[in-house]
Amino acid sequence: MYADFLRRLARDKLAMVGLCVVAVLFFVAMFADFLAPYPPDRIDVEKILVEPSRDHLMGTDPLGRDVLSRIIHGSGVSLSVGFVAVGISTFIGVILGAASGYYGGLADRIIMRFVDIMLCFPTFFLILAVIAFLQPSIWNIMIVIGITSWMGVTRLVRAEFLSLRERDFVRAAVSQGASDLRIIFLHVLPNAMAPILVAATLGVASAVLVESSLSFLGLGVQPPDPSWGNMLTEGKDNIEIAWWLSLFPGLAIFITVMGYNLLGEGIRDTLDPRLRR
Amino acid sequence: MGPYILKRLLLMIPVLLGITIISFGVMKLAPGDPVSVVTDLNPNMNKEAIERIRAYYGLDQPAYVQYAKWLKNMLMLDFGRSFAPDSRPVIDKIMERIPVTLLINILSMILILAVAIPLGVMSAVKQNSVFDKGTTVFVFVGFAIPTFWLALLLMILFGVKLEWLPISGLRSLTYAELSVPEKVLDLGKHLVLPVFVSSFGGLAGMSRYMRSNMLEVIRQDYITTARAKGLDERTVIFKHALRNALLPVITLLGLSVPGLIGGSVIFETIFAIPGMGQLFYQSVMSRDYPTVMGILVIGAVLTLVGNLLADVMYSVADPRIRAAG
Repeated sequence: MYADFLRRLARDKLAMVGLCVVAVLFFVAMFADFLAPYPPDRIDVEKILVEPSRDHLMGTDPLGRDVLSRIIHGSGVSLSVGFVAVGISTFIGVILGAASGYYGGLADRIIMRFVDIMLCFPTFFLILAVIAFLQPSIWNIMIVIGITSWMGVTRLVRAEFLSLRERDFVRAAVSQGASDLRIIFLHVLPNAMAPILVAATLGVASAVLVESSLSFLGLGVQPPDPSWGNMLTEGKDNIEIAWWLSLFPGLAIFITVMGYNLLGEGIRDTLDPRLRR
Repeated sequence: MGPYILKRLLLMIPVLLGITIISFGVMKLAPGDPVSVVTDLNPNMNKEAIERIRAYYGLDQPAYVQYAKWLKNMLMLDFGRSFAPDSRPVIDKIMERIPVTLLINILSMILILAVAIPLGVMSAVKQNSVFDKGTTVFVFVGFAIPTFWLALLLMILFGVKLEWLPISGLRSLTYAELSVPEKVLDLGKHLVLPVFVSSFGGLAGMSRYMRSNMLEVIRQDYITTARAKGLDERTVIFKHALRNALLPVITLLGLSVPGLIGGSVIFETIFAIPGMGQLFYQSVMSRDYPTVMGILVIGAVLTLVGNLLADVMYSVADPRIRAAG
């Protein structure tokens, strides 16, 4: 089944483009030290705000640091925030969604009400409020994005469980006296993996966007550590004189998010036969 | 109609309570309390004085008592006083900022509807055409582009390079000297970029949603019937299909309220617009907790009201909902 899935996914050109983007991102993040032409924090007072040129392909910032090198070193942040935040939200979503869909009744009603309540908060407000009370750091951001974005997965997992628990193979497991935990994790959950995988891939994209917005607002990764978001803050401060500071880091975010989205949509189309034309 | 709205209103009560409980919980995350703010200023304070201050703020009581008190104040729209140097009541600060944010959000919603509906309908009707493919590309770009980056690029293009549009604030320096039509024009020019930026993501989402709704609807039997009756294609699409495809859009509009309000933090900060989002950002940066809490609660309540309006509109538009109660 998995081989078949991979073969069909490989035929989806857009999904492969997305996969390549993600693979390149991993590669860049892992070998940042070798790929970056300059150390990311080397200040050069003779080369302040130099336009893109042969020496500095993406120009330099107000401290004379090479923009390309900082973008390369910033890739690790985007990568890790995306994965950790989505790991947290998927974990919470699977547990709550499974409990809600499998047991139903009071547990279901309480969890779903909780989801409704969380969805009432303007997303960005809740994240900012929690960050305001904690200290802005990369770990806090991962956690906060994770614990404010599990609602979609919960609803999704619940819906899957609601329909799967009526199926014959689940009844067979029940009649054999399998424990609830065994049924949930060994029988039902594997059959619900597909939509969870899609949601997680798309979730990474949105986590990357949120992290960059937070860093842009000064509430995320703190300078001098480079992140694409906080590099754009410098772009804004020098908007009248240095367009390259605004263009390139944003382009990096855009391409990354696009890559995850294409991959996620590709997986969805491959898994959901109803969408195939 | 009446009983339906009443039922919706009653269902809002537990959600409202939940919103306040979560907000209160977030507030309790704060390291230190009002007492530590005072003792930081005056480290030599004796123990009894500290106890008196704790008692004054009710901090010597158990959490649920504190919550009940806080909730009571909140119901009377008393969010306390801002920690900012002006120490004005939080509710006053929020109220003077809300109109700007609502204005921009309502304009964005109108723009989203005005552009996304025709776009979605056209690409569904001409499925797989060049136009449809172009719209799909636009949708993917819209989903992936960071709002604040789009804002920066547009500021560089239209503000710095072309100098067509102002890039910050809501009014020019010469605003007071302008005549009324000039004032409107001035405000309009300042609003172009913020409204466009705040609606961009929604535009993409709504066109895609509209497209898939429309695709679903034109496969229905009653559309085949309409065509079989010999109605011309325009009537079939715009009268029979569109009305049904539009229904779920109402719900999506309601659901997009939290995103729009939350997004106002970003574009109001970038464009220096004195709205609720900017106030929220400033309060977060200066750790003005009472204002942060006030905006958090009011933002959630606005969302709830938006959802309620959407439900009511839906029941007006779709008699089946009313019948089901």
